[in-house]
Amino acid sequence: MSAENKQVTFGSGKREIPAQKASKWYPAEDEPVNKKVRKTQKPTTLRPSLKPGAVLIILAGRFRGKRVVYLKPLSGGVILVTGPFKLNGVPLRRVNSRYVIATSTIVDITGVQLDKFDEKYFAKDKEAKKSKEEKFFEAGKKPEKKPVPEVRKADQKEIDAAVTKAIKQTPHLSAYISSTFSLSKGDRPHLMKF
Amino acid sequence: MSCDVKTTQWRLVEVGRVVLLSKGPYSGKLATIVEIIDHKRVLIDSPIVPRQSYSLKNVTLTPIVIDNLPRGARNGVVKKLWENCAVDTKWAESSWAKKITSKETRRNLSDFDRFRVLVLRKQRRFEVRKAAAKA
Repeated sequence: MSAENKQVTFGSGKREIPAQKASKWYPAEDEPVNKKVRKTQKPTTLRPSLKPGAVLIILAGRFRGKRVVYLKPLSGGVILVTGPFKLNGVPLRRVNSRYVIATSTIVDITGVQLDKFDEKYFAKDKEAKKSKEEKFFEAGKKPEKKPVPEVRKADQKEIDAAVTKAIKQTPHLSAYISSTFSLSKGDRPHLMKF
Repeated sequence: MSCDVKTTQWRLVEVGRVVLLSKGPYSGKLATIVEIIDHKRVLIDSPIVPRQSYSLKNVTLTPIVIDNLPRGARNGVVKKLWENCAVDTKWAESSWAKKITSKETRRNLSDFDRFRVLVLRKQRRFEVRKAAAKA
């Protein structure tokens, strides 16, 4: 407040007075001031075991137990994986990196073009809003299954062709990826090496 | 009346007996008894393990014995006789040591390796059963 002064003429003389008059009184009680937040959001760093091309075991969701190929990281701890679809039925898909075990097996995926896959690619297109009446009548019907867009199918084919080619290089690897992971009696997952 | 008296075939706690350590930073390593301290502890030494007293509780006696090891032999003598006796090769050839190493390798298999083991065992089983069915 003290910094801003202004020139004022009084009769013949000039004086500098503060632009804002100081308050006549102090507040009797200290006014609470909000604490400044010093935390910043850090970009997520994935585990070092998550290397592009690594074979992962999905632990949760509809594809739990499936062994998939890790393609690339997306934003905020989400990663892009593919089955390949032909081998185990897992499509190009976003997965939370926490719900995944990374194995030491690595498929060579250099040269696979992944630039177009980002969060936007997987965004759902919004449906037009329906009136209450329409919703009411639709509740009785069976929900229609949306067909998979042709673009997705084409992309899936393109990516999988390159990935399966790399998988075929190693014997037993394609059979390994098409098999599922499970624990049986006496298995100690915390002692296992992956 | 006559009868045959046989000495026991037990492994004895004796000077020169090679032991497998089962506890401590040197667990899994071999050493030989140099001196018996009391009924619970022995002095051990080997080219791998530094000379120290060890509780007999944390030691397993192996069938290997360095025969001519003098009592209270120092480190150099122990090392020489250890090599003369070929303790390490004798140990490596024993089925006991083989079991330990195979257990170790099994434990360190990766997920893909475990799958390969499963497939190869399946193949072997198939071949064996095919041959057995023919015979």
